[in-house]
Amino acid sequence: MSVIEFIEGPLWSFALAVFVLGIAWRIFSLLAMKRPRDLSVAREGAGGVGGATKALVIHSIPHGGNLGRTIYHFVTGYMFHIGLFVLVLFAAPHVAFIQERLIGADIGWPEMPRWAFIVAAEAAFAGLILLYVHRLTDPVKKQLTDIDDHLGVWLTFIVMLTGCLALQEAHAGLRAFHMLTVEALMIYFPFSRLMHAFTFAFARARTGATYGRRGFTP
Amino acid sequence: MTVEPGTITPDNRPVDVGAAVTKMEALLGGHIAAYLDACVHCGQCAQACHFHEATKDPRLTPALKLQPMTRVYRRSKAPFSGLRKALGLAPEVTEQDLRAWEPLIFDTCTMCARCTIVCPMAIDIASVVAATRQAFVAAGLGPPDLLEAAENARTRGSPLGLTEAKLADRVEWLADEHETEIPLDKPVAEVLLTVSSIEMMKYPDSVVAMAKLLNAGGVDWTLSSKGYEATNFGVLSGKADIAKLMVERIASAAESVGARIVVVPECGHAYGVLRWTGGNLLGRELPFEVMHITEFLAALKRQGKLRFTPYTDQAVTYHDPCQISRRGGATADARYLLDGFATDFREMTPTGNYNWCCGGGGGVQAMGRAADVRHEVFRIKMAQVEATGAPALVSACANCRLTMDESSAALGWDKELLSIVEMLADHIEGAPNPAE
Repeated sequence: MSVIEFIEGPLWSFALAVFVLGIAWRIFSLLAMKRPRDLSVAREGAGGVGGATKALVIHSIPHGGNLGRTIYHFVTGYMFHIGLFVLVLFAAPHVAFIQERLIGADIGWPEMPRWAFIVAAEAAFAGLILLYVHRLTDPVKKQLTDIDDHLGVWLTFIVMLTGCLALQEAHAGLRAFHMLTVEALMIYFPFSRLMHAFTFAFARARTGATYGRRGFTP
Repeated sequence: MTVEPGTITPDNRPVDVGAAVTKMEALLGGHIAAYLDACVHCGQCAQACHFHEATKDPRLTPALKLQPMTRVYRRSKAPFSGLRKALGLAPEVTEQDLRAWEPLIFDTCTMCARCTIVCPMAIDIASVVAATRQAFVAAGLGPPDLLEAAENARTRGSPLGLTEAKLADRVEWLADEHETEIPLDKPVAEVLLTVSSIEMMKYPDSVVAMAKLLNAGGVDWTLSSKGYEATNFGVLSGKADIAKLMVERIASAAESVGARIVVVPECGHAYGVLRWTGGNLLGRELPFEVMHITEFLAALKRQGKLRFTPYTDQAVTYHDPCQISRRGGATADARYLLDGFATDFREMTPTGNYNWCCGGGGGVQAMGRAADVRHEVFRIKMAQVEATGAPALVSACANCRLTMDESSAALGWDKELLSIVEMLADHIEGAPNPAE
């Protein structure tokens, strides 16, 4: 078995298993932890379900004032996240990969045109770089940042960079290199703060449910 | 600034690190883990924190207050914690850590929850801080004066030494002095009124004002020597046994007189604790309704049982106590009371659920070593008030009032600080004009 075959075969399967099972374990563990019962009586007309739903929505957008830092994160964060998701789901090579390797059938998954790829890639790169520059220079973020924050950014950046290099699919080695970096990211994901892609919902819902019963969802 | 992370003068109290870790492990449920798992270190919370904004010190960023729990979570309770520990990626909590974190957990957090609003993950740092305080106290840490206030509540009935005997004395004196009926220990009453010892000892007119309003509204009410102290320094100091004891006293008093409603006076945290965590501390649903005095008076006004003559003395603005508005959900009632009453009412910016904290909530008011930073924080409130042009600031919390009075004196600020209850009591329609 060649290195390329190993990367595209067994290593991919291993990375996928770690990714899926790791995420499932993190979520299961969180749900399995005990939670104190709230014995307070909800305010009339207020409730936990409504509060949780509201928190899930309103914390996706700036609200409540004090927006100086939020605006920067809102713009750069959405540039990065939307750009990345569009690339992952609709870049032509990814569509082929998803249909062949994950679904096993051509279900007509739409591909985006090349110009859209360029726009999405530029947005994702610009967003990620701007967020990281802020992390390196802002006094508040410097206090908060740890090795996990750096690793998450660098792994993501390298995945995106190798993806661009492999775009033309001119060389199997470049494609395999991109896949290798993706696999590294997938293996790292469940152990890292990248899990916020899932845990954000639990945090927002918890706060929304608690405060929604009181009559105001912060 | 006297309070900075890691710079509190070490005292001789022994620190039991193991006790802190054990307590954090015990309190670390799914509700806290969800928050610890979600923080992405974005730092947006800093802009909403009055301590950070007043000092611009990045070490006072609210997200840093998650550190103690996060450290314990990653070492012993999080998924893969065994793997992390084996690889040396989950350091132990040390005495040095606890001492460095202490000002973050106590002196520079009023548990106001402004940071939750701007957090993209909606992390309720205030609730994590409340739990973390319990661990610090278990370790033997915590501001001595705050802990002493909590012990006073346990042994003497109130943090400021308002014993049963002193309560009876002061009630009798106030009733005579103001010719107002203040019932104490009626055998049966529909409403149990509680008091904050801050009011009784420093702002007694506020107690008289409540009595006048309840009497004018035709309310069947009483104070009870079995349970009168509304403040709960057990919660503020992280002493869970005292927190429960204070709620038990009020519940016992309410049940003994058959009260359907317990009214909490002008005190933010007293309302937040009894209304939203009282049942949880007691381990059962409270057998009565809990209402803040502004909620109760608003209900009387809606029912037409109380009417007021207009307050025309001067323009006023309103300071929202965090635990009543943002964390309590009772934001609207104070405005309902002021509507049509204060003829020149001016909202400050931001206001309501987004208002800035006074700087003294969460027990910070009782921490002498935090006084300087608290006064710096108060400059934010001063700027808010001055922007309205109103010469007077009204609020509905004796703790906010005391904080603002002290900071005003320290900073030489000349605006008038008023109690909404006292304003209303002086303008009850049909009552004799106090000015005459």
